[in-house]
Amino acid sequence: MQNLSNEVWVFIEQRNGKAADVSLELLCKGRKLAEQLHGPLKAVVIGEDVKAIAEETFKYGANEVLLIQHKELKNFRTLPYSRILNDLVTKFSPRIVLFGATVIGRDLAPRVASNTKSGLTADCTELRIDTITYLGKECKDILLQIRPAFGGNIIATIITPDNPVQMATVREGVMELSPLEKPNKVKITEIPFLTDPTDALVEIIEQFHQENKVNLKGAPVIVAGGYGLGTAANFKLIHELAHVLGGEVAGSRAAVDAGFVPHERQVGQTGVTVRPKLYIAVGISGAIQHRAGMQEANKIIAINTDPDAPIFQIAHYGIVGDAVDIIPKFIDAYKHKLK
Amino acid sequence: MYNSIVLVKQVPDTANISGKVMKEDGTVNRSKLPAIFNHEDKVALELALQVKEKYGGKVTAITMGPPRASDILRECLYMGADEVFLISDRKFAGADTLATSYVLSEAINKVGNYHFIFGGRQAIDGDTAQVGPQTADKLNIPQVTYAEQIIDIKKNKVTIKRKIDGGHEIVQATMPVLVTVIKEAAEPRPFSAKKVMAYKGAKSLTDLEKLTEGNSLLYTDTLIHEYQERNLFISTLTMDDLQLDVDRCGVKGSPTKVHKVESVVLAGGNQTRVEPTKDGIGILIDKLLEDHILG
Repeated sequence: MQNLSNEVWVFIEQRNGKAADVSLELLCKGRKLAEQLHGPLKAVVIGEDVKAIAEETFKYGANEVLLIQHKELKNFRTLPYSRILNDLVTKFSPRIVLFGATVIGRDLAPRVASNTKSGLTADCTELRIDTITYLGKECKDILLQIRPAFGGNIIATIITPDNPVQMATVREGVMELSPLEKPNKVKITEIPFLTDPTDALVEIIEQFHQENKVNLKGAPVIVAGGYGLGTAANFKLIHELAHVLGGEVAGSRAAVDAGFVPHERQVGQTGVTVRPKLYIAVGISGAIQHRAGMQEANKIIAINTDPDAPIFQIAHYGIVGDAVDIIPKFIDAYKHKLK
Repeated sequence: MYNSIVLVKQVPDTANISGKVMKEDGTVNRSKLPAIFNHEDKVALELALQVKEKYGGKVTAITMGPPRASDILRECLYMGADEVFLISDRKFAGADTLATSYVLSEAINKVGNYHFIFGGRQAIDGDTAQVGPQTADKLNIPQVTYAEQIIDIKKNKVTIKRKIDGGHEIVQATMPVLVTVIKEAAEPRPFSAKKVMAYKGAKSLTDLEKLTEGNSLLYTDTLIHEYQERNLFISTLTMDDLQLDVDRCGVKGSPTKVHKVESVVLAGGNQTRVEPTKDGIGILIDKLLEDHILG
């Protein structure tokens, strides 16, 4: 393959005229990838009256914004949005395109990847550019897309060696937000939007937004429960401990699947990534998918009946025992110390 | 009358890893994991069956996978699917989502005559949620992902409640449409005892070939005919049946490649062990307060 592009693109997701955090985080990551490729970082902003978002991207490292505005584009809809990206990707063949692994990103990215026959890797926990040898062939400056797979039992490095465009999705909170001290110069390229009859195939009738009251990302203390707690009644202990410590309640995927805790409180690769001062993991075995979402906590306490549970590998403090026994002791001791 | 095609997948049960499947080095022996019916796909089948019950129509389940994936097709029959197809060929092995969606879309074109394509939002082995939208793209039809409820169906329009980031939305889609569902959409029905009795002997081509192996009195063609007569033949579609472009299948047709796989070693680490006693926990809390982690 010759004449590969050195452009890195980030799809900027917006809801009600506000850029999603994950898109800004991806700009920060994209900036580093673009530096390594010696290419520009471009943001793709689609919506109605979203020039302010376009301008915001320069604070995070965008060199240019491809801006597509139309009243039909106010809310995300698969067909018009994917049509825009299909055309742009086909025309410019950027080297890398990043999407947030949100409902929108996971709806849009695969459609675009299919249409442009690009490689797409979901839920990457790390992105890196390197030169490697694959099947005896040198792949220069290729994107290494690293993600846990197979229920978190393996960590896979995925590459797209033979296609010009490499696409990846990343969850919110995985990449760090690092705004530039001095924003880049503003360069906005407006691209016209032409409506198409197929745009009407799916119409939004109504939207309900519940304000996301849960703020796991900003919580200094998080107490997380897993499937090991066994019952919803035992999970109440997690709430009690979080309450006493002034922290937030979270859960592993298994706890969410079991209905102990709602999905917006899920920590891990397919949930939220957190970096609290203290993370207490109770009855969580510590599959890599969960660890991907919390291993950068300042201090980790693991409470588990199984002394061999992998969570102990990354914990700073380990308590082997039954949560039903340990948590009340923890609460008592803490209250006592505060007196 | 609305016909549905349901995309189902057999997956390794990655959620329930027991000691039995652990290797001595602490990694998981993937080949020993039990194979199960991906739950969200079962929810998709349930939804298709509900549409059929309410409005009439036909439910066809298809899966792409190795011969043993016919297990879940039998389960589809036990739940009430009218017809099932196994899409299987050695040349499909190693397919990523792009190559998979190519094969599935061609299989769907072959089955034809559908209003809905249902599938789970994602499969638990890869969690990518990509095959649904990629299949819709190749069929050039609209998609509704993260569907939670079918509110209404009228003429060629379906009204669906779906999850979005930070809430829900209600959309109206024109059929044919591909719908991926989340687990809240329905509770899969249990197998019907009558249908289990009726279909437990259902066999795919590979199953029948195994029967004829080492038995010179049996001929595969005769068996196929016999099983078809009894409505117990699980049709297999291969690469030739679907007249596929070999360059778009399997590893060859997959732009993404696995460069490296590292098994996660589940071995003990070196953290400070805290005694599970009041004193032990007290010392820990002192330390946390002292380090300004707590308080």
